[in-house]
Amino acid sequence: MSATLYGLLLTGGRSKRMQRDKANLEYAGQSQLARAMALLEPLVARTFVSVRADQLDDARRAAYPCIVDLVPDLGPISGIHAALYAHRNAAWLVVACDLPFLDAATLQQLIAAREPQRLASAFRSSHDGKPEPLCAIYEPACAAAIDAWMTTGQHCPRGFLAQANVALLTLRAPRALDNINTAEEYAAARQQLAGAAEGADSRAPAAMRTLRVQYFALLREQAGRNQETVTSRASDARELYQELRALRNLQLRPEQLRVAINEDFADWSQALKDGDSVVFLPPVAGG
Amino acid sequence: MTVFRLSSAALDTVALRAELTDASCGGFVAFEGWVRDHNEGQRVARLEYEAFAPLCLREGARVVAEATARFGLRGATCVHRLGPLELADIAVWVGVAAFHRDEAFRACRYIIDEVKHRLPIWKKEYYENGDSGWVNCERCAAPAQHADDHAHAGVREHGHDHG
Repeated sequence: MSATLYGLLLTGGRSKRMQRDKANLEYAGQSQLARAMALLEPLVARTFVSVRADQLDDARRAAYPCIVDLVPDLGPISGIHAALYAHRNAAWLVVACDLPFLDAATLQQLIAAREPQRLASAFRSSHDGKPEPLCAIYEPACAAAIDAWMTTGQHCPRGFLAQANVALLTLRAPRALDNINTAEEYAAARQQLAGAAEGADSRAPAAMRTLRVQYFALLREQAGRNQETVTSRASDARELYQELRALRNLQLRPEQLRVAINEDFADWSQALKDGDSVVFLPPVAGG
Repeated sequence: MTVFRLSSAALDTVALRAELTDASCGGFVAFEGWVRDHNEGQRVARLEYEAFAPLCLREGARVVAEATARFGLRGATCVHRLGPLELADIAVWVGVAAFHRDEAFRACRYIIDEVKHRLPIWKKEYYENGDSGWVNCERCAAPAQHADDHAHAGVREHGHDHG
């Protein structure tokens, strides 16, 4: 029996070179935090955001269950360590929040190739052939192993994986783990991802919109509310659902739903306007 | 009277029928959907309907208008219940009046079929064993390989017809 897989998004980085919070960088109108959480959520049993103690008040992070570093200022290994100790029986799919090109296919490849009898499963870096620690699966046994590693004064997660019993696999999409460290890299990634989103150039620039969302039936029960007012940069209903799905832990996939905007059926790609009223319709059962 | 309505009160079928009385019509067909005591192997104790009312009224009126135009009806009404219902209650009532019986039968069938598939109405069943579930929804959260089973686009029947 392999351990249940939980997801952990690492957001505790200081972003020294970027000088901006990487979790709040936006691509196609959505924060990297929301994008990454939406990516993880369907693949794992539970999802968490790894934070430093001083980030607990950040509203974007607080929208998700958070795990606070136990040992401050040691970088990403602290976040992984805290998660392993917060849920001792879980294995963790750990993902950094500066990977804008990361896609579901890459995570699915990792999950499919996971070897639970080893300490971890990771990709070989397409740059230097070493294990990539910040898109990897850490098995429960890593708790003690990382703890021991940290007590020797070491805190480089790549170094930890390099000496551990790790299943190493080759990335099918070699650029999927390219990270963003500078403003220039961010600008380039934004442009690419905007180009990749269909029709992105014809869209209005991502502005904050105030939207009213109503929930019915199963979605009402999952969201724990009838309605809410949402401030979002989502440009269409598809992006909005992606955000709300992560925020409210909604279990239905968009392909199971229809969408109504301003009390009539609408297309998922219809551009949202400030003040729009949006309803996601679960499968119906009249009669 | 509006041709499509939602009602939280029990339906008065005599009054509904009387609304459609028309001396020029040779045929009247009505369909009543009843609350059934079983569904997909479970013993149903009661149920509840919930609707996104504004869109429901809009789409319901479209369905009745389509049937009226397509089959040349003289009159048509559809009323759907909302809220808690008991076994054998009438959940939905469709009545149509036409010059001839053939159009009346076909139009009535058209209206109930479209109403079931298109209107934002949801049904929660409460079972005798204490469980409950949203019809057509509960297995939606199942793993991705079942993605097509309950998609809206699917025309699959859910084994829950009243008729």
